[in-house]
Amino acid sequence: MSAILDILASASFWAAALRIATPLMFGVLGALICERSGVLNLGIEGIFTAGAMAGWLAVHLGADLWTGVLAAALTGAVFGLLLALLTVPLGLSQHVAGIGVTLLATSLAYFTYRVVLPTASTPPRIEPFGPVRLPVLSDLPFLGPALFSQTPLTFLALTLFGLVAFVLYRTPLGLAIRAAGENPAAVEAQGLDVHLVRIGAVVTGSAVMALGGAFLTMSAFNAFFFEMTGGRGWICIALTVFASWRPGKALLGAILFGAFDAFQLRLQHEVAGAVPSQVFLMLPYLLSIAALCLVARRADYPKALMIPYVKGQR
Amino acid sequence: MSSKNLLHRRAVLQGTAAIGALSIFGGAFAQGAGRQIKVAAIYTVPVEQQWVSRIHKALNGARDRGEVSYKFSENVANNDYERVMRQYAEEGSDLVVGEIFGVERQARRVAAAYPKVAFLMGSSFGPSKPNLAVFDNFIQEPSYLTGMVAGKTTKSNLIGMVGGYAIPEVNRLMHAFMDGARSVNPNVKFLVTFINSWYDPPKAKEAAFAMIDKGADILYAERFGVSDAAKEKGVKVIGNVIDTSSQYPGTVLASALWHMEPTIERAVTAVKEGRFEAADYGQFSHMQYGGASLAVDEKLVPADVVRLVREKEKEITDGLFRVNVNDAEPKAG
Repeated sequence: MSAILDILASASFWAAALRIATPLMFGVLGALICERSGVLNLGIEGIFTAGAMAGWLAVHLGADLWTGVLAAALTGAVFGLLLALLTVPLGLSQHVAGIGVTLLATSLAYFTYRVVLPTASTPPRIEPFGPVRLPVLSDLPFLGPALFSQTPLTFLALTLFGLVAFVLYRTPLGLAIRAAGENPAAVEAQGLDVHLVRIGAVVTGSAVMALGGAFLTMSAFNAFFFEMTGGRGWICIALTVFASWRPGKALLGAILFGAFDAFQLRLQHEVAGAVPSQVFLMLPYLLSIAALCLVARRADYPKALMIPYVKGQR
Repeated sequence: MSSKNLLHRRAVLQGTAAIGALSIFGGAFAQGAGRQIKVAAIYTVPVEQQWVSRIHKALNGARDRGEVSYKFSENVANNDYERVMRQYAEEGSDLVVGEIFGVERQARRVAAAYPKVAFLMGSSFGPSKPNLAVFDNFIQEPSYLTGMVAGKTTKSNLIGMVGGYAIPEVNRLMHAFMDGARSVNPNVKFLVTFINSWYDPPKAKEAAFAMIDKGADILYAERFGVSDAAKEKGVKVIGNVIDTSSQYPGTVLASALWHMEPTIERAVTAVKEGRFEAADYGQFSHMQYGGASLAVDEKLVPADVVRLVREKEKEITDGLFRVNVNDAEPKAG
């Protein structure tokens, strides 16, 4: 018991939780923007991979780190536009189109990698983002090393949460996005183009998702590997439900998942050998399912989620 | 950089095409002693993967020496494996190399259907008559030696090990490493984490950070990412299968390296001479045959430890000492 408290009381644990949570923060925020406008984006896993590849490759080819981040976001936006065209004006199945975008984006990322680096024996490394030192804040006892020793992308993710929450709840644009996901006819009645709102939301959301991938290759690590996304995108889809489509809860969910994962890595060493390692690997997912069961009963689905809008149709 | 690589690849392709044309026009001519055999390889992971990169390197070497023509398929899903095997066999490959850990039964069935083609496959099981030979990364000997280095060098007596999956190919090297460390330091303790992925460096890195937090001062780097965490936190690592010491200067104490060249050379020669048969090539990954070796950074490891390890190495190559092979999942403690 005291060992568990020791883990929770260590600054390095919270720092790890935030690090693990960062790609999920971008992912869940991106998914939330898409779904709030009524489009389920199952292209997320592929967009993660493409973002991870594009950001890293841009830096490897000589761009600076922030240009790399921009390259990742643009790559995400392009795949988002493809998904939006398929699902919004064409009104195709969002499940099928999403999985299709995931397969396409993943394969294209691998293909591009191999074309650019046909004979690489190990992927070339880049100089990734390092932790930033914030004046005063980084020097705080406990909180300094726990919360303020992160790389710029983590702070970018936290800022984006604030920004998205503000836009969604405090601006006419946010109202239009939310209405497009709840009652698109009302948006139409306001004289706004539902398709344009949805396309815009999906493109923006996909750009944000891609940053989650970019974090993996430009901050958490310094090279791109095939399959390194490892299902993080799918976790974000579940986290969106957990968050009941609210940015605040989404942030909480991402950090909670990061904390579960950081916790199991440390707990393993306390009960060394007594429990099979697979149990620990399962733990973050198990706890997520439990959390989902508790909150999903009250989950507040956007009413028009996955329903294509056809002008004039009743 | 990139365009150069592309050019290089094109040059290789043209070279291969030219050789192909030559063999069409001078078929009888090419049948002489220096006949170039056609090798195809099928990998379930990209060629960057540590394990597969060793096979790829050996085959590229054979191609560069002009002994074989070499083509490969990477990232082949297990449920596609059978089809790709058949395709290469139908195309007239002389030797098909690969890894069939996930498709043992199917691969053996395919091999039996093409008795004229030689198959050399990484496998946890034995060979299948008449034409499927097996190999595996039996480099437990240098792993034992790196364990001795770690056991002698650790100050906290706590060593962290991060692995991909707990499969025999990983487990046996971890056990040999632990045995080696315990043989020189009875007080040494181990932390073990499997991340259940071959390719998740950020995850491997987090697992390594957790071990460093717990007090580990040497990490056994089975996956990419572990050495990065070690370098960041200023602890040391033991490398495995590939040599990464140039990427992490001052961090890698020692590495147990795998060399596929002896295995590939023997298989290619056997095919050339028409005497390839279903055999277990596993032993050619032993130190005695040059299939495994130990790399020690003598700037980081004290001279008396290096001497001790080199003595044990001699015992192994002389056949006086045998490292135990234990395929069970290693436990912490």
